[in-house]
Amino acid sequence: MSAAGVTVTTPRACVEPPRRSPLAAARDAWAITGRNLIVYRRVPTLLVFTLVQPIVFVLLFRYVFGGAIKVPGGIPYVDYLMPGIFVQTVAFGATNTAIGLATDVKSGLLERFHSLPMARSAVLTGRTFADLTRNVLVVALMAVVGVMVGFRVQTNALLFVAGILVVLMFAYAFSWIFATVGLWIGDPESAQAATFPVLAPLVFASSVFVPVSSMPSWLQGFATYQPVSVTANAVRALMLGGPTLSWLLQSIAWCAGIVLVCAPLAVRLYRRAS
Amino acid sequence: MADAAIRVEGLTKRFGNVAALDGIDFEVPPGSVFGLLGPNGAGKTTAVRVLATILRPDGGHAEVMGYDVVRQATAVRFQIGLAGQSAAVDANLTGAENLRLIGRLAQMRRRDVAPRADELLARFDLSDAADRPVRTYSGGMRRRLDVAAALVARPPVLFLDEPTTGLDIQSRTELWAVIRELVAEGATVLLTTQYLEEADRLADRIAVVDHGRIVANDTSTALKAQLAGTVIEIGMETEERAGRAHDLLVRAVADHPQRDGVTVRLTSNEGPSALIETLRLLDANSLTPATLTVREPSLDDAFLALTGRRAESGDGEAGDARTDGAHIDGDATGSDGGGGEAGGGGGEAVAASAEPPSASQRARRAA
Repeated sequence: MSAAGVTVTTPRACVEPPRRSPLAAARDAWAITGRNLIVYRRVPTLLVFTLVQPIVFVLLFRYVFGGAIKVPGGIPYVDYLMPGIFVQTVAFGATNTAIGLATDVKSGLLERFHSLPMARSAVLTGRTFADLTRNVLVVALMAVVGVMVGFRVQTNALLFVAGILVVLMFAYAFSWIFATVGLWIGDPESAQAATFPVLAPLVFASSVFVPVSSMPSWLQGFATYQPVSVTANAVRALMLGGPTLSWLLQSIAWCAGIVLVCAPLAVRLYRRAS
Repeated sequence: MADAAIRVEGLTKRFGNVAALDGIDFEVPPGSVFGLLGPNGAGKTTAVRVLATILRPDGGHAEVMGYDVVRQATAVRFQIGLAGQSAAVDANLTGAENLRLIGRLAQMRRRDVAPRADELLARFDLSDAADRPVRTYSGGMRRRLDVAAALVARPPVLFLDEPTTGLDIQSRTELWAVIRELVAEGATVLLTTQYLEEADRLADRIAVVDHGRIVANDTSTALKAQLAGTVIEIGMETEERAGRAHDLLVRAVADHPQRDGVTVRLTSNEGPSALIETLRLLDANSLTPATLTVREPSLDDAFLALTGRRAESGDGEAGDARTDGAHIDGDATGSDGGGGEAGGGGGEAVAASAEPPSASQRARRAA
């Protein structure tokens, strides 16, 4: 028999399409997750570059601007800064979700996936899971960087881990925003360019680097309640102490809201992408 | 009732104001090759995308192996393999990883995936490059992997969307041999191409597509009879000698020769015999040509014959089709005589002709 072994099956006109089980969908998502992570093994510099930018921010704010920034409660600025840096790192890192999906749209890989009998959800869940995995690694490395520049957890190890989990929850939700952006734009360079105007106001007009109370009053409303700030505040409270629950609930609400809005949008765009 | 492997009825698809498919109909019997021939933007790729369940049609009806591409899309996806410009491989994965990923997503049994990937890599002469990232592959290797990816799950119906566009002659000839083998094994192939030559060599039937409509649908022989024949261009050293050659040929060869400066051009449906006759005649009169070109009718010629106007493809593409036509002809005259070799030992032809990269690779490994 020849290698290709193509067999012509008899056409059956009225057979129902085979039902797909959730297990099969999970297997497909797992396969796509693995595929998306291989790139970091193959091109490790990608991971290094993901880290360069947050490390520059840490050094800049810890040693250059930090001295001029007054934070309430008399806590050291580095302790105020690092929880915000964790959130900022994953927020900017979510750009990778947009670039990854836009690359797949442009290369035609999504078309091949569309033509395969795989779960429709797998490309998106596989992409966001891979980015979540990358974020686990990046946040862990940033925690090490934080300790090296003098960051100390004021509460306890359990609450620190809880804070990291909040960061990862936020990272996952943000991936869905940028999955939508990536599929919508469909070109990696443009997608990258498009993410900055979205991210800049969220990250800089926030409590990540400076207390919101130092901003003009017209900006304070946005800067207090937008998702990056409430998440940074929740993580800060978990790691340094202070009132936690309200920020935590606001952060969870934001993340749930983002996923509820963006996931269906991204799925619609994925079905249309070609 | 569902005796056709592919059945398309009144299919339409619009993008904004442009009718990419303006009501096309065709049927492809199982085990045959159907060629969709047309310039860029004619609607070939849109047709493939609809049949491969990537795009939803606006109207009409399409079936693959008896399954409706809209209502039974999942069932259709179990029957098809897609390669060419509508599909891609992941440049960051190795060749083997790409094929294994496709196998898993095509719902093959886990233990069958890796052996199948290795088998296809060997068949497409990519075993040596199996564990290298695809970004290091040459264009020809990448295209072979792309076709291999379409075959992983052994689908009975294959969509090859311009599988050889942009390939060099050697890679193209190799790929043609592979496609012939697949058909010999019983696959049904829908092939889109901008090259008349390619459709002619591979397809049992050819549909010429223009502006989302099928303007001709026939066997390649019947279609070629309608089209302009082989073009023979003879360049002489001087206009005077060209004039003498022209006069000679007007009297001896039936098809009207035309003279343009030092060039005499004639078109014939019996290219080879016309060429022999022409050269004999010139030789007998001591008129040795300075240059000699023989080319098959290009897609442009075909369009001119079928639609009465030139093919409206992108400028680059038209140029491409042209030069490519000329290229292949140079090669066709040489390899046509040995055409049996392509059919009989196609596999070996692929292996042998892809030798240079793999040989150097082996050398590197050995070092």
